[in-house]
Order: sequence, then structure tokens, then C-alpha cells
Amino acid sequence: MDDLELVTLTERQRKARRNRSIAIGLALAALVVIFYVATIAKFGPAILNRPM
Amino acid sequence: MALVDHRSIEDADFRMSEATAGDFFALLKPRVMSLVVFTAFVGLVAAPVTINPFIAVIAILAIAIGAGASGALNMWYDADIDAVMSRTASRPVPSGKVTPGEALSFGLVLSVLSVMTLGVLVNWLSASLLAFTIFFYAVVYTIWLKRWTPQNIVIGGAAGAFPPIIGWAAATGSVSLESVILFLIIFLWTPPHFWALALFKSDDYARAGVPMMPNVAGEASTRRQIFAYALLLAPIGALPWALGYTTAVYGIVAALLGVGFVWYSWKVLRMSDTDRAMKPAKALFGYSLLYLFAIFAVYLGDRLVEHALGLGGV
Repeated sequence: MDDLELVTLTERQRKARRNRSIAIGLALAALVVIFYVATIAKFGPAILNRPM
Repeated sequence: MALVDHRSIEDADFRMSEATAGDFFALLKPRVMSLVVFTAFVGLVAAPVTINPFIAVIAILAIAIGAGASGALNMWYDADIDAVMSRTASRPVPSGKVTPGEALSFGLVLSVLSVMTLGVLVNWLSASLLAFTIFFYAVVYTIWLKRWTPQNIVIGGAAGAFPPIIGWAAATGSVSLESVILFLIIFLWTPPHFWALALFKSDDYARAGVPMMPNVAGEASTRRQIFAYALLLAPIGALPWALGYTTAVYGIVAALLGVGFVWYSWKVLRMSDTDRAMKPAKALFGYSLLYLFAIFAVYLGDRLVEHALGLGGV
């Protein structure tokens, strides 16, 4: 750990990073929902009927 | 707290970003994006095919993100000239909120994401057209034409005119004459719209060294060209009716809007050389925005009514 240092973020940097993290999280969640629902929309509900 | 490599701290260029999600959203040029969304939506809904509403929403979203990505790439490349123009100096890159590298990465990632999403979930023709539009705006217009020729926004205007064709292609998987006419309306609308702006912002463009028409050919020549484009735009606006794609209601409204456009352009043509307030140019700029929104809204309404009544024409 000798060649590593800790950087203390300013309050503004910390808030900006949290803001970006939330936005990225929401965007990824939206992408998952979009691809999930689009799959159902394109293939129809039958895709969920699998032989047990 | 963040754990970072020692070399990074010593790097003079290193800094922890203070950019918020809002700053990155501003890179997408939301106001331009809203026009893209609207015209793409019109192309998609006017098409004689109904697609799954959810797939339609995804198509519009992907087109919007693709348009936004090209805006981010534009802001990455144009940061130097944006910084010296009053209209653009507060954009995220020249104001220092976002670094050029962040804007470039953001634009490239969103470009790939939007094109791939449109291709995988909708169809590859619309995805190819979106990819071409992003390339055309970012490379052909921004990097090549903008700083080279006063015809920059004439040729580059094609990028802004593509969304209705992409929307139509997303619904039908093809390109038709009807969607090409929608393209033509935006294509012919772009020069008088931007040249009206360039007339009363010519000092800005001169300072930035961008060869806009008033700075290169002079104001009188620009005013004549604005009027010439208005004369071309007015009949093309009514063409969907003339070719039987719409009802006479659209034809009449489009013709009236076209007459208004020619009238405002005539006022610009008659503007005195000594007029520095340039009210006619500002009025034309405002009217041009109204014109494009109105003509597409009426076209959309016309098509929706015909679809609902099953009157054909498509």
C-alpha cells in the first residue's frame, strides 16, 4: 500500500459522484426493464410457457 | 474517500469530476432532441403499419439517445468555438463542468448503445439509418463542413432531417417517398432557420471563425438565399397533400403556413442594411420554429384521423 494514497473528496465532488452513480443505476435498471419487456413484446407471452 | 494510484495524483491533468448527471444530460442537447423525438414520432405514427406500442416507445427512445449522442460528440469537438460564442459558452465542456474526454466517451458509448438497441429490438434498417445520421452530424457536419464552407448547414441539415425517415423505417422496415418528403421539409427548412439566427448572431460566428453565410457572402446575399429557400419550402410543405397522402385539411394549413414563411422571409429580404436590431430576422427565426412544429403536428393529426376512420390514403 506504500504507493497508494487516499484522496479526500470535497463535499461538492462527493455529491456529484453520488448524483452520477444514482443516474447510472437508474439508466441500467431502465435498460434491463426495456430489454425484458421488449423480449416479451416481440416473442409474446408464450415465451414464459416452458415444459416443466 | 477514493483510493487512487499515486501516479494519477501527480498527473497535472488529474481531477475528481464535479459533473452531475444534469451536466451530462445537457450534452445531449435536450431542445434539439425534443424536435428529433417529435419528427421521428410523426414518421413512426404516420407509417401505414401499426407496431407494438412498447416497441414504438423503444424506437423513439433509441432515436432520441442517438441524436443526443451526436450532440455530445458535437460538443466534444466544438468546445473551442463554443467557448467564444455567447449562445454556447455555458455548455458543459466550455464551462469546465465536463472534460472533453468525458464528453467524447459519453457520446461514443451512447451512439453504440442506441444503434444496437434499435437494431436488436426494432430493425436493422432503422438502426443503420440512425448510425449514418450520427456519423453525418458528428463527422461530416461537425468535423468537416462546419469550419470549412458556408454551405455547412445546408448539407449538414440532412442530419436533422433524417429522424422522420428513421421513425418510418422503424415501423415499416422500409423507406418510402412519403417519408422522404418529410425529410425534404426539414432539409429545406434548415437553411432559412439557421441563417436567420446567423444574421443576428453574425458577430458570434465571426469571433469563432465559423464561416456562416452572412460572414462569408454578406447579409444581402444571405437574405436573398433565405427568401429563395422559403419559396422552395412553401410548396414542398404542401406536397404530401398534392401527392394524395393527406386530406385537404393538411394541404390548406400547410399552404397557409408556407405563405407565412414566405411573408416573414420577404420581410427579412426587405430589411435595411443598417438595421442592427434585425427584428425581421428574429421574427423569422421564431416563426420557423412554429412552422416546423405546426406542419408536423397537422400532418400527424391528419394521418391519425385517417387511420382511425380507415379512409386509406396510405
